[in-house]
Amino acid sequence: MAADYTASDFRKGLRVEVDGVPYVITEFNFVKPGKGAAIYTCRLKSLIDGNTYVRNFRSNDTLKKPDLEERTMRYSHKETDHFIFMDENFEQFTLLDKVLGDNQYFLFEDCEVRVLYHNGQAVDITLPTFIDKVVLETEPGARGNTATNTLKPAKINGDFEIMVPLFINQGDTIKIDTRTGEYADRVLKK
Amino acid sequence: MRSPHLERARLQGLKPVLQLRSRILSVIREWFSRQDFIEVETPVRLPTPALELHIDAEPSGSAFLRTSPELHMKRLLAAGYDRIFQIGPCFRKGERGDRHNPEYTMLEWYRASADYTDIMADTESLLRQFEILNLKSDIPRLTVEELFLKHAGWNPVEAYDAERFEHDLVSKVEPALPRDTPAFVMDYPTPAAALSRRKPGRDTVAERFELYINGVEIANAFSELTDPVEQRQRFETWAHERKALGAPVYPLDEDFLAALELGMPPSGGIALGIDRLVMVLAGAKSLDEVMAFRERD
Repeated sequence: MAADYTASDFRKGLRVEVDGVPYVITEFNFVKPGKGAAIYTCRLKSLIDGNTYVRNFRSNDTLKKPDLEERTMRYSHKETDHFIFMDENFEQFTLLDKVLGDNQYFLFEDCEVRVLYHNGQAVDITLPTFIDKVVLETEPGARGNTATNTLKPAKINGDFEIMVPLFINQGDTIKIDTRTGEYADRVLKK
Repeated sequence: MRSPHLERARLQGLKPVLQLRSRILSVIREWFSRQDFIEVETPVRLPTPALELHIDAEPSGSAFLRTSPELHMKRLLAAGYDRIFQIGPCFRKGERGDRHNPEYTMLEWYRASADYTDIMADTESLLRQFEILNLKSDIPRLTVEELFLKHAGWNPVEAYDAERFEHDLVSKVEPALPRDTPAFVMDYPTPAAALSRRKPGRDTVAERFELYINGVEIANAFSELTDPVEQRQRFETWAHERKALGAPVYPLDEDFLAALELGMPPSGGIALGIDRLVMVLAGAKSLDEVMAFRERD
């Protein structure tokens, strides 16, 4: 029997279970009316179909910890709206792009991921904390103007952009923190 | 660790709003100076925090960080300081969201020989200093009773239900508050009086108001409760209720109660969240946009 989470444990990224369905908290807010008791507002995304809904909780409310199994697999390829992963026995598992969210942009061929299973069904992945990506397109950095606007958008996967420092050029390899989806560092060429 | 380049860009982007914040603080201090208020400082680290039903204090060694400077400021009031204000940090454990930070800046002011209507007048005069609010007419004074009857279909003054009251306040009443002007929401049901006195001649209502700007709660004010017997009873009731909720129970602040027993003039007082005021004046949606550094998870 998995332990429960209480409202004070709720945070963005936490995986929970409601009525037998695994969800991830994608937005979290704390509201306190006047001198009243706290209300925790969560947006929950289903790890089965990717649909979201908003639900309010009070301090004493609890949510179940989902029973998730984890297996290491490799990313293979994309087919229309779903992504194919493969284990060491070449057995395939698929995940919807809606469920993967922004994580889909950080995948690369043969990328090793930990796939989470709920009752035998693949429901989510955990990427390596840092991944490297080549900058496909970005404006040349304006030199000498470091006082303001020290970030600029860079395309790293199709049209998907992240913000990078001005000294990053097209063709550079950058490290991305997949927990936040943010630029972490520049990878220097050997 | 976050990239120092991203962190530097974030701080640079905050410059206009931090300039606005600095100007707001100057305007506030100038206004209080013109009104002959004394700026005071009271302890941040306390042997026991102000006891309230739904506020948890952050422990600091064997003491606590203050959740508000209220009780010390009232001791000054009781000692004859008739116009005092303070701007300083307060701490509330576990409060984190778009409109909450566990550490934040509070403005409190108190007037002796006054009640909550005098504090409304102060608030209105102070808000007129901020041209961006474009305050032309008086701030509407809306009672909890009329707001709930109109937007939630029941009267919490006649039959109070804390859970229903808080739910409807957040989901029905606050969204219906005016957006083109600040608003005072006033006369709370007595069970939600906090530290305000009951209305003379009408026991079921407490002389408490909240200031809202753009539907965001900015300040909470009272005609202060000065009766030491009723004050002790309320503390004891909250202690009892906190115990039932499984929340930490803090010892009563006997120094404060002793000061009340010696006598405190009828007074009005208010606590205003500076970070939220900056947020609404900057047109921001979250404290992230107006605080230079927020505690990270």
